[in-house]
Amino acid sequence: MSWEPVIGLEIHIHLKTRTKMFCRCEVEYAAEPNSHTCPVCLAHPGSLPVPNEKAVEWTIKLGLALGCRIADRAIFHRKNYFYPDNPKGYQISQYDEPLCVDGRLVVPGPDGTTEVGIVRAHLEEDAAKNVHLGTAEGRIAGASATLVDFNRAGTPLVEIVTQPDIRSADAARRFLQLLRQTVVELGISDAEMEKGSLRFDVNVSVRPSGSDELRTRTELKNLNSFAFAARAIEREVQRQAEVYQSGGDVEQETLHFDPGAESAPPLRSKEEAQDYRYFPEPDLLPIEPPAELVEKMRGELHELPGARILRLAEGLDVGLAEDLVTSGRDALYERVPGDRRAVANVLMNQFAVSGVDPAAANADELGRLIDARSRIPRDRFTEALAKSGDPGFSADAYLGDGLVAETSELEPIVDRILEANPGQVESYRGGKEGLLGFFVGQVMRETQGKADPKVVNELLREKLSA
Amino acid sequence: MSVETLRLKAEEASRLVESGEASAAELHAAYLAAIEERDGELNSYLRTVPEADGAGVPIAFKDVISSRGVETTAGSKILSGYVPVFDSTVAARCREAGLPLIGKTNMDEFAMGSSTENSAFGPTRNPWDPERVPGGSSGGSAAAVAAGLAPWALGSDTGGSVKQPASLCGIVGLRPTYGTVSRYGIVAFASSLDQIGPMTKTVRDNALLYRIVAGKDPNDTTTVDVPPVEIPEAEDLKGLRVGVPRELNEAEGIEPGVKQAVDRTIELCRELGAEVGETSLPRSVEYGLACYYLVAPAEASSNLARYDGVRYGLRVDGANVREMYEKTRDAGFGDEPKRRIMLGAYALSAGYYEAYYGQAQKVRTVIAREHAAAFESFDVLVSPTSPTVAFKIGEKAENPLAMYLSDVLTIPSNMAGLPGLSIPCGLSDGLPVGFQLIGPQFSENTLFRTGHALEQTIGFDYVPERLR
Repeated sequence: MSWEPVIGLEIHIHLKTRTKMFCRCEVEYAAEPNSHTCPVCLAHPGSLPVPNEKAVEWTIKLGLALGCRIADRAIFHRKNYFYPDNPKGYQISQYDEPLCVDGRLVVPGPDGTTEVGIVRAHLEEDAAKNVHLGTAEGRIAGASATLVDFNRAGTPLVEIVTQPDIRSADAARRFLQLLRQTVVELGISDAEMEKGSLRFDVNVSVRPSGSDELRTRTELKNLNSFAFAARAIEREVQRQAEVYQSGGDVEQETLHFDPGAESAPPLRSKEEAQDYRYFPEPDLLPIEPPAELVEKMRGELHELPGARILRLAEGLDVGLAEDLVTSGRDALYERVPGDRRAVANVLMNQFAVSGVDPAAANADELGRLIDARSRIPRDRFTEALAKSGDPGFSADAYLGDGLVAETSELEPIVDRILEANPGQVESYRGGKEGLLGFFVGQVMRETQGKADPKVVNELLREKLSA
Repeated sequence: MSVETLRLKAEEASRLVESGEASAAELHAAYLAAIEERDGELNSYLRTVPEADGAGVPIAFKDVISSRGVETTAGSKILSGYVPVFDSTVAARCREAGLPLIGKTNMDEFAMGSSTENSAFGPTRNPWDPERVPGGSSGGSAAAVAAGLAPWALGSDTGGSVKQPASLCGIVGLRPTYGTVSRYGIVAFASSLDQIGPMTKTVRDNALLYRIVAGKDPNDTTTVDVPPVEIPEAEDLKGLRVGVPRELNEAEGIEPGVKQAVDRTIELCRELGAEVGETSLPRSVEYGLACYYLVAPAEASSNLARYDGVRYGLRVDGANVREMYEKTRDAGFGDEPKRRIMLGAYALSAGYYEAYYGQAQKVRTVIAREHAAAFESFDVLVSPTSPTVAFKIGEKAENPLAMYLSDVLTIPSNMAGLPGLSIPCGLSDGLPVGFQLIGPQFSENTLFRTGHALEQTIGFDYVPERLR
């Protein structure tokens, strides 16, 4: 029997507002512990929350970008639980009346587009950070003490929950990349996993291909990269399929991955049905976004990355278009003139490693360089790309010292190399054709890289087979 | 000059300071001396402030009100030693108005109670009879004002905690419309019900203090703009329509002496020119108390979760974090907060939410509508504030349900977010009886006007007989 994965995601994105969600403490990553705190985010008696309007606006904007309906009336709820990183004993979150509901994200892929339903996107506050002392891994088990850093307490967080519409690990990776690119382009989050400004959990189950049942799911937590998530999902899908194949049943549980060691097997824990005793936060009024605000946010949306991938894919292919868009190099791609595929390939390869800011690169000069790339020695081309962001950059300097392609000039050099290496010539003729590269290298060294590799190849083949 | 505080109204004290007859420091010292003299018996203060910080009339705060640098315990061991680093909005407004804080008053722990016996720091006694309770939970503030230990004070009212002790101590107490006074910096009990209210000797003093503390506050998003507060002058009640809700005036448990004093006052309303008619609030009175005892504990169970020993207040160490929580909260909370936390957590539990908390919120809407309907025909509704006069210390301490019934007459309008004023209207067995005036939202000016006119005619002497 073949098994189909059923995958849903829950993503948390930190909004990069200047101040926290419910107080006016500054939000600063990696600041001196407890340097951005006040009576509100420390939950001193009598302190009250005041919502960050920017965070509300940005959540609406994100909701619109995800095709959600923006609620006329949304309310904050209290989610009650005890933990030292939760100073009030409750987290202000949203429950059954979230700000954004019922959207979808169209994810282009090589096998066609996947439409992923968005159940909801809501606004909440983040917890503080517990720091466990006395163990090497900073884990709570065996820790001698726990310190709490409240800088992160009360920072704004958007939680996005998808429908279980994703059918492969690769599609999950694509969705996450596209979502990340979308929030980055909206300017509402850095969405950097290393900083924790983008975190996600994955729900995985499998079912016989063709069926539409939903079986028991497991939850994968602490996945620290998209690529790792894709591998972890694949392994979990396979494991579940094997469990069913051998007549067993998948148990509902959570798999906690070790962010420090990808190869370590995940820790498994039974999902305890925790009762958070949700109730409407009496300290806050309902959010009733005025229609003008929603329209203003809608007006600020530009062409979204998903749509751009589809548009760019028409002259290219989906994979390359996706790479361009999710790497943020598509705007440059659209500005650089020349053969579309060649431009895309150079931007995704040699240009990508140059470290040049795509926004600073001189598009027209890049176009000229790429157009002439077959006539420029590789290291000179690399050097040119690295300088393509410099003010006043011109391709002329690299086009000027073109390659030596004249057979009359190269032939004596080729002859000399072959004469000097009789042993290798013998071997080549004996069948070790891989040695061709060796001869090409010798010629390039002799000509200080200026020989046209195409002509050299031809000459060598001709003479060696003679 | 030496100031005699026993009879001194805040308005008069203010005149003394303004005319230069007494300095703020002298006034402050006079009250400290009175506290020294009379509070050993009453225990109305948890702590006093030795120096006047401000040029005006001193004020006492119930110990739920944060004042920067002054220990605030809410009557609980779990907050022992906690010193706020910030001013509550009402404290800041009093500071701006030049009112020096004279001290923090005793209260039922976390404002849970109707007798001030639930304080972790011992009960407060009623200045009219030290064998009796002053009411609660703002019993310390009520006793202090009644005994001349503060010209005025602030209390907090969730189910009747300003009105009921005002009634039992023979003073004036206002529970303002929900949203008119900021809750920022007030140790929370039940957020959707808590309101700060003035406790004073006279209605005019009450309006003066309400004018200082009321108003929209950017730090409390549930506050609203408040109509300008008028200091009452009225001598009659011409044109006023007074409604007498049958259920609030004929409720089981209303003492005959209380009923008599209240009926006399209703008659007085007529004599002063008001139209008096009967009305009815059947569901509000039948369901109000039950509804309150779901909503208030539910919110309290969440509001009190922050007292976990991690950041401030009491901490009892344990082998792990869970044990620390359990030991801290077990040692720190008294019986009544524990009882209400359990009740509230239960009412919010999955599977029970709809039947309890959800249902109670729906009933609240019904109560608000029923009151709104009554206010189509009447400007104010009247009743006793408390079914009884001050009861003996210990009399109801062992019976929480009997204690809860102390608030049966104040709770319905509180559930609807409405303002209520309690004024003394006479004595029963030598103990003060409170007359409750309830108005529609933002009708404080009407309540003050009515209360003032009645006060002038009744001529109640607010100094307890045994202290005269």
